[in-house]
Amino acid sequence: MFGKLSLDSIPYHEPIIMVTAAVIGIVGALVVGLITYYRKWGYLWTEWVTSIDHKKIGVMYFLVALVMLIRGFADAIMMRSQQALAAGGAEGFLPPHHYDQIFTAHGVIMIFFVAMPMVIGLMNLVVPLQIGARDVAFPFMNNLSFWLFAAGMILVNVSLVVGEFAKTGWLAYAPLSELQYSPDVGVDYWIWALQLSGIGTTLTGINFFVTILKMRTQGMTLFRMPIFTWTALCTNVLIILSFPILTATIAMLTLDRYLGMHFFTNDMGGSQMMYVNLIWAWGHPEVYILILPAFGVFSEVIATFTKKRLFGYKTMVWATAAITVLSFIVWLHHFFTMGAGANVNAFFGIMTMIIAIPTGVKIFNWLFTMYRGRIQFTTPVLWTIGFIITFTLGGMTGVMLAVPGANFVLHNSLFVIAHFHNVIIGGVVFGMMAGFTYWFPKAFGFTLSEKWGKRSFWCWLVGFYLAFMPLYALSFFGAMRRMQSYEQTEWQPLMIVAWFGAVVIAMGIACIVIQLIVSIRDREKNRDLTGDPWDGRTLEWSTSSPPPNYNFAYLPKVDSIDSYWEMKQQPGGFKRELATKFEDVHMPKNTAEGPILSLFSLFFGFALIWHIWWLVGLGAIGMFVTFMFRIFNKDTDYHVSAAEVEKTEREYHKRLEMQA
Amino acid sequence: MSDIHTSHDGASHGSYKSYTIGLVLSIVLTLIAFGVVMTGSFSLPVMMVTVVVTAVIQVLVQLILFMHLNTKAEGGWNVISFVFTIGILTLIVGGSLWIMHNIHVNMMLG
Amino acid sequence: MATDTLKQHDAHAHDGHEHHDAGAMKVFGFWIYLMSDLVIFGTLFATFGVLATATAGGPTSQEIFELPFVLVETFLLLISSFTFGLAVLAQNAGDRGAVLKWLAVTFLLGFGFVAMEVYEFHHLIAQGHGPDRSAFLSAFFTLVGTHGLHVTFGLIWIAIMFFQISRQGLDSVTKPRMLCLSLFWHFLDIVWICVFSFVYLMGAM
Repeated sequence: MFGKLSLDSIPYHEPIIMVTAAVIGIVGALVVGLITYYRKWGYLWTEWVTSIDHKKIGVMYFLVALVMLIRGFADAIMMRSQQALAAGGAEGFLPPHHYDQIFTAHGVIMIFFVAMPMVIGLMNLVVPLQIGARDVAFPFMNNLSFWLFAAGMILVNVSLVVGEFAKTGWLAYAPLSELQYSPDVGVDYWIWALQLSGIGTTLTGINFFVTILKMRTQGMTLFRMPIFTWTALCTNVLIILSFPILTATIAMLTLDRYLGMHFFTNDMGGSQMMYVNLIWAWGHPEVYILILPAFGVFSEVIATFTKKRLFGYKTMVWATAAITVLSFIVWLHHFFTMGAGANVNAFFGIMTMIIAIPTGVKIFNWLFTMYRGRIQFTTPVLWTIGFIITFTLGGMTGVMLAVPGANFVLHNSLFVIAHFHNVIIGGVVFGMMAGFTYWFPKAFGFTLSEKWGKRSFWCWLVGFYLAFMPLYALSFFGAMRRMQSYEQTEWQPLMIVAWFGAVVIAMGIACIVIQLIVSIRDREKNRDLTGDPWDGRTLEWSTSSPPPNYNFAYLPKVDSIDSYWEMKQQPGGFKRELATKFEDVHMPKNTAEGPILSLFSLFFGFALIWHIWWLVGLGAIGMFVTFMFRIFNKDTDYHVSAAEVEKTEREYHKRLEMQA
Repeated sequence: MSDIHTSHDGASHGSYKSYTIGLVLSIVLTLIAFGVVMTGSFSLPVMMVTVVVTAVIQVLVQLILFMHLNTKAEGGWNVISFVFTIGILTLIVGGSLWIMHNIHVNMMLG
Repeated sequence: MATDTLKQHDAHAHDGHEHHDAGAMKVFGFWIYLMSDLVIFGTLFATFGVLATATAGGPTSQEIFELPFVLVETFLLLISSFTFGLAVLAQNAGDRGAVLKWLAVTFLLGFGFVAMEVYEFHHLIAQGHGPDRSAFLSAFFTLVGTHGLHVTFGLIWIAIMFFQISRQGLDSVTKPRMLCLSLFWHFLDIVWICVFSFVYLMGAM
């Protein structure tokens, strides 16, 4: 009846898990209680869950990312604590099987359920506004993408309490992830969480690729697009062409595990090395999927807060495009030591070093933009400057790793860990936090507390260096990654420093939470009435904050890069005047089909993990039927009447006048 | 909205003639490819080259005569995205075969 | 921009544009989806290429491939590609009856293809040459089977399309879907051309 699932699947004997589960249960019950008390279920359902508004979907992605950041960070600080304790024969507090799940969960969560939703969330919020569009190309699919992603996220979290998560490392290398060595459900959780969220990501990639190519407003040629939109476009190209590799590779692993095939097994001709090869053919483009939009954010932030047009717009675009192509020709540098030989290693080593060139071009572009600019040291700018320094360091250690000879020494050591946190925290996290602070007022209509934002930045920056610089040093002493314990007591002092760094980062995360609370409390003081709190340059700042659901009453027309800024510089300046005449606006309708289909996909995934075959069938049929409903649903769009548009616009102008 | 407008439903239309030519060509090409291999009287390189060449032509037949891929529709983005995908696929498939071949040779996996 | 002077630009034309381009955008989006599907097949081809000789003492490709059988499968699919083309021509001519007729013919040809493939797979498994026998067979079954699964989804889609067109006719909803489906169907032909060339023909050499 319930396949492999029984009451024994719940790890009662693990106090850490049980306490965590209890805390999650209490917080969850509290949230449910509050929503019920304030009668907000209907509001949540109609305004958020079923929403096809790209801005709201963007906010939901980012919210999930922040919650999962806390979950992923809890894993991180447990690992650092374990390594600070478990020296010279000490066991620490995490047994190996639990420790292995934690480092796996940490990697999976941080990449797939924190970094990805932050990137996709910002893309959702910003891209349509920047290109002067009213929505994305396929609004229903956008909602579906989010909920498929959410289903994957829920599966990862369920694994905490029901059963266990993979103990294989975040990429589940075969043959360790094969049935022979991982007979438990952990790898199956990994498989189905990634498949569901991965399909959501692929759909998002297609959606935004088409949106950017087809829905730009009049006059916005490709070379007038804001840089963030450019980086989003390239990221979507990478998603479209690389995520299917992940889907296919995981599917093959699934066939090995479920149908006894031999793609990556030890016996019967399987090739474990093919798994490593394929997973990195996706994995390397993936890191650029994450970093390119961060580059885009920094470009926007720097141009806005130095009051200058971005230096070298065209070189920035071409550098982004070059990285997009090059990111497909470097994947072997993740497994130099697998034995492909000198020729192959040399080729991929050189390619990897070449990718540093367009990245360097970008760094110089940002520096030259700042040169002689009137820099305002706001929180987003601090994140950007912190990024430029930290990412450059991380990039250089990356080039060191790209030397095959050096790589044979450094492979799988803490050097690798230090390197990729150097670029992911210094690049992606700093970038997303800059974007979060920069575009928050656009989404909610009030600015975030600068004081707490800056505190958060300094904690993250200092915490990062404390946590990861010791790892570079430790790697030269011979410390490897994924150690549950180690003999060398002389490593312990640096491990404790790294632990302390994690504590400082924890304070940084706490500052973000406090920043949110304080800013919501003081929202009336920090209202952004004009819609343009930073004196911005791109179209998203030309509409109100938050924008109406149709974004623009009239679609803007542009004739240059930073067209909105140019307009503000014209003699007499830019005036937000009320139009004399309004038109109906054609908009897609909210729909419940996305969340319902994803709910069935959640059942489907969960049932496959536990081999509950009847539920697999039910989930599959449910998905199909829901999809049919969508196909035969003719009631998918409506017109916002001219009168309603006029009312919304008048209210906005009343607010503007009050402020003036 | 797109700069260049295409026919009203976004695809250029074929004609009865183009489909018929496509069908005849693909049948002929298929027969050549199978024929060369099934008769068994050709050397390996000849068979390889024939199969690859007929496959490539046949794919082009499908693309051009059946799917009406051309540089005019959608501002050329159909063609650009296809060519780019094929390019990346060549890198991934070719690279994988190259890497795995070298690994097998170097690690003496037969 | 939101100034009065610029605000009114083609205000009237715009709403028309949206409808105008919605169908085209769907077809273009579907084309991009096909590109990502192409990468899935590319990955499976690469895997097959690597594992083609990993027979682990089991049968080799020369021993199990029957080219005459594959030739018939190929013809079914090629002709179905042609008949789908005729369905699209009928749609352009606005002839609903002809669209339904050619859809039905295409369905039958596609069904014949899937039936033959199921027979081939069943035959191999019954002989003990199933996908769990060796890495080569895993890769073979998965690559060919993934294509077969796509054709099966195509058949389901044709059935739904048939139902929808017979119910609501050729309108702004069904027409772009027909074009997407035609792209899908021709795309599966392209994949099959690669399958019979690089898997069956080269495997039989």
